[in-house]
Amino acid sequence: MRKILRLPEAALVEDTAGELVSQADYLKDPARHSAGDHPLGVRAVPADKVEDLSPYLGRLALVAIEFPGPGEGRGYTYARLLRQRYGFKGEIRAVGPGVKQDLLFFMFRCGFDAFELAEHENLAEARAALHRFTLAYQPAVPRAAVQEARFTAAG
Amino acid sequence: MYHYDSTDQTLVDQRVAEFRDQTRRFLAGELSEDDFRPLRLRNGLYIQRFAPMLRIAIPYGLLNSTQLRMLASIARRYDRSYGHFTTRQNLQLNWPKLAEVPDILADLATVQMHAIQTSGNCVRNVTSDHLAGVTADEIEDPRPYCELLRQWSSFHPEFTYLPRKFKIAVSGAPADRAATEVHDIGLHLVRNAHGELGFEVLVGGGLGRAPMIGQVIRDFLPMGDLLTYTEAILRVYNRHGRRDNIHKARIKFLVKALGIATFREQVEAEWLDSRAFGSQLTQAQVTHVRGFFQPHPYASLIDLDPTVNAGADFKAWYRYNTRAHKVSGYRVVFVSLKPLGAPPGDMSSEQMEAVAQLADEVSFGEIRVTHTQNLVLAEVPQTELVKTWRELKRLGLATPNIGTLTDMIVCPGLDFCSLANAGTISVANQLQRHFDDYDYLYDIGEIELKMSGCMNACGHHHVGHIGILGVDKHGEEWYQITIGGSAREASSLGHVIGPSVPQEEVAAIVGRILDVYRELRHEDERFIDTVRRVSATPFKERVYAKDLAAA
Repeated sequence: MRKILRLPEAALVEDTAGELVSQADYLKDPARHSAGDHPLGVRAVPADKVEDLSPYLGRLALVAIEFPGPGEGRGYTYARLLRQRYGFKGEIRAVGPGVKQDLLFFMFRCGFDAFELAEHENLAEARAALHRFTLAYQPAVPRAAVQEARFTAAG
Repeated sequence: MYHYDSTDQTLVDQRVAEFRDQTRRFLAGELSEDDFRPLRLRNGLYIQRFAPMLRIAIPYGLLNSTQLRMLASIARRYDRSYGHFTTRQNLQLNWPKLAEVPDILADLATVQMHAIQTSGNCVRNVTSDHLAGVTADEIEDPRPYCELLRQWSSFHPEFTYLPRKFKIAVSGAPADRAATEVHDIGLHLVRNAHGELGFEVLVGGGLGRAPMIGQVIRDFLPMGDLLTYTEAILRVYNRHGRRDNIHKARIKFLVKALGIATFREQVEAEWLDSRAFGSQLTQAQVTHVRGFFQPHPYASLIDLDPTVNAGADFKAWYRYNTRAHKVSGYRVVFVSLKPLGAPPGDMSSEQMEAVAQLADEVSFGEIRVTHTQNLVLAEVPQTELVKTWRELKRLGLATPNIGTLTDMIVCPGLDFCSLANAGTISVANQLQRHFDDYDYLYDIGEIELKMSGCMNACGHHHVGHIGILGVDKHGEEWYQITIGGSAREASSLGHVIGPSVPQEEVAAIVGRILDVYRELRHEDERFIDTVRRVSATPFKERVYAKDLAAA
C-alpha cells in the first residue's frame, strides 16, 4: 500500500476512499456514482478540466490530482482553483509517480492536504519537507500555514 | 538599491539549505538524475559539455561593489578566476564543481545574492534598462517593479513548473534598452490620461527557433494589479501551454495559436475570477520599494567638456563609451567587455575587484550589467572621467567600441555549451581582428552585431542589425547571416540574405555587407535605417554575387 500523508498532522493514514473513479468516467454519469460505504473520490489527470467537476463537488469527499512526473505543473493550478474559485472543502490529494518530497511544499501551498507518496519516498524527509520554508512572498491557499510575508490577497 | 530584510534573507538561506540537502541526496544516489535535474536547474545549475555551468542571478542587472567583489572571490575560489556576463544580465561560471555549488550559493547568500530560478521552466530573472534611473527620457524608474516581480516570482507555488521558461522585462523609458518586445511578458511603464502610473503589457514575444515580436494585451494596467494580472497570464499559460513538444511550449506559441484577441479574452476572464485571491500590490509596498531606488546624493556640479585639451584616445573613449546622465556634471560610463582577443562578456576576478574599487571611488559603489554584455558605472562625476578612463584602460576595459560593430553580443557557443552547433568565440575573434581599424569602425557607426551558436538564440541573432547563426552542416561549423533585425522599440526580425558560409568566410561576408551599406547610405544614416529604407534585396544581390565570391 502506498503511504499517504494527511494534513494537518501529516499523519500516515490508510486510504479510506477506496477505489477512485477517474474524472472522465465520473462525468459520463455522475448520478450513477454514489458515496455508498466509502466516501466518493474522483481522480483527475493533467488533461482534465477541473472546472467540469464544479457542479458535483458537494458530493465528493476527495479529488485526487495526478502528477505523472517531475515537470508536470498543471495540478498546482487545479488545486488552487478547487479551493479558491469553487470553495471545495474536501480532501485534495496529490497522487502519482511525481509526488516526491521536493515538490510537497509547493503542493501544500496550492491547497493539497494529502499526499500519496511515490514509491521509495522517505517518510520522515517528506514530513520535514512540508516545513522547509517558514515564509512565503505570495498569498496561497492555507492562509495561516505559512507567513505571507509580502503580498496578500484581498479575497 | 534594494537591501534584503529578514524575510528575503531567511528565504534565501532556507533555499541554500534545501539545495545542499538535494545535492547530498543526489551524490548519495538517493535522488535520480531525472528528479535532480529540475531541482538543480531551478538553482541555475546546468551540466555542460565539460563541466557544470552555474548561472548566478543579478536581478535586473544591478550590483553593489561588495557583491561584485564576492563574484570575483567565488570565481577565484571555485572556478578559473573569471566569469561570463550574459544577455540576461546574469553571470555564468563555466567550471564549478557540483559538490561545491551549495557552498557557492551559501557565499552568495552572505551578500544578498542567489541563483534562484536562473534556469528551468519557471519565471526567470527579471531584466531591465541598464540606464534606469539616470536617463533623461525615463517616465519612471523601472527597478522597483522589477524587484517586486523578483520577490513575487520567487518560489511561486503555482508557477514553478510551467510548460517552459518564462522571461519578463520591464522598461521605464520610451527608448527600449531592455528588448522588452522579445520577452514572454514585456512591461512598459506608462501614464494614463489621469496621470496615473501603470503598465502597457506585451505578451508572446521571444527568440529561439521561432522568433516572434510581443503583442499588446493591455494598453494600461493599473499599478496595483501588476502581480494579479501577471498571475492571470501565467495561469492561462500554465493550463493551456503545450507540454507535449518542448519546441512549441513557450507562451508565444499559445498566443499565436489562439490569436491575441482570444488569448486576451481568456486572460481577462481569468483575471476577473482570480484577482481577489492573487498577490495584491498596495501603494505602501510600492512606496517602500521605491524608497530603495531614490537618487544618490549628487554633488552640485556643472556640465564640463572633458575632451578640451584631451588626447585622441580619451576623446574616442569619451565619445563611444560614455553617455549623458540626467544630472548635470555626471556621466554614464560603459566598461567594455569586448576587447580584442577575448570572449565577449568575459571578465577576470582581478578586473571585477578593480571595477568594484572604482565604483566605490567614483560611482556610489554600484555597477550595472547590460544585456549587451558590458558593465556600466552609471553615476560618474565628469571631473573623475580622466581618472576612470586611465584605470579602465589599465585593466583592458576601455576599448572604445561601445555601440560599434565589435561591441557584439555573443553566446558561449560550442566551446562551452552542449546545445551549440558551432563555435562563436573564434568567429568573434575573427571579426575583432578583421575590423580592428577604428577609423573604419567609427565610419560604420552605430550597429548591433549579434551571434548565436544554435537556434536557441541566446545571442539574440534574430534581432541583430547583423545576425550570425551557427549551424551544423555535415559535421562542419557554418554560419547563416541575417540583416535588419532590431530589439529596440519597433522591433524587427532579421532577413536571411543568402546561403550559410564556412567559418573562415564570416568576416569577409560581413565586410561585403558593410561595403553595400557604405555605398547606399545617406549621410549620417545608420546601418539599420539603410536596410529598412532599401530592404534586404540589394544586400542579397550583391553580397553573394558570383564575381565577388570568385574574387
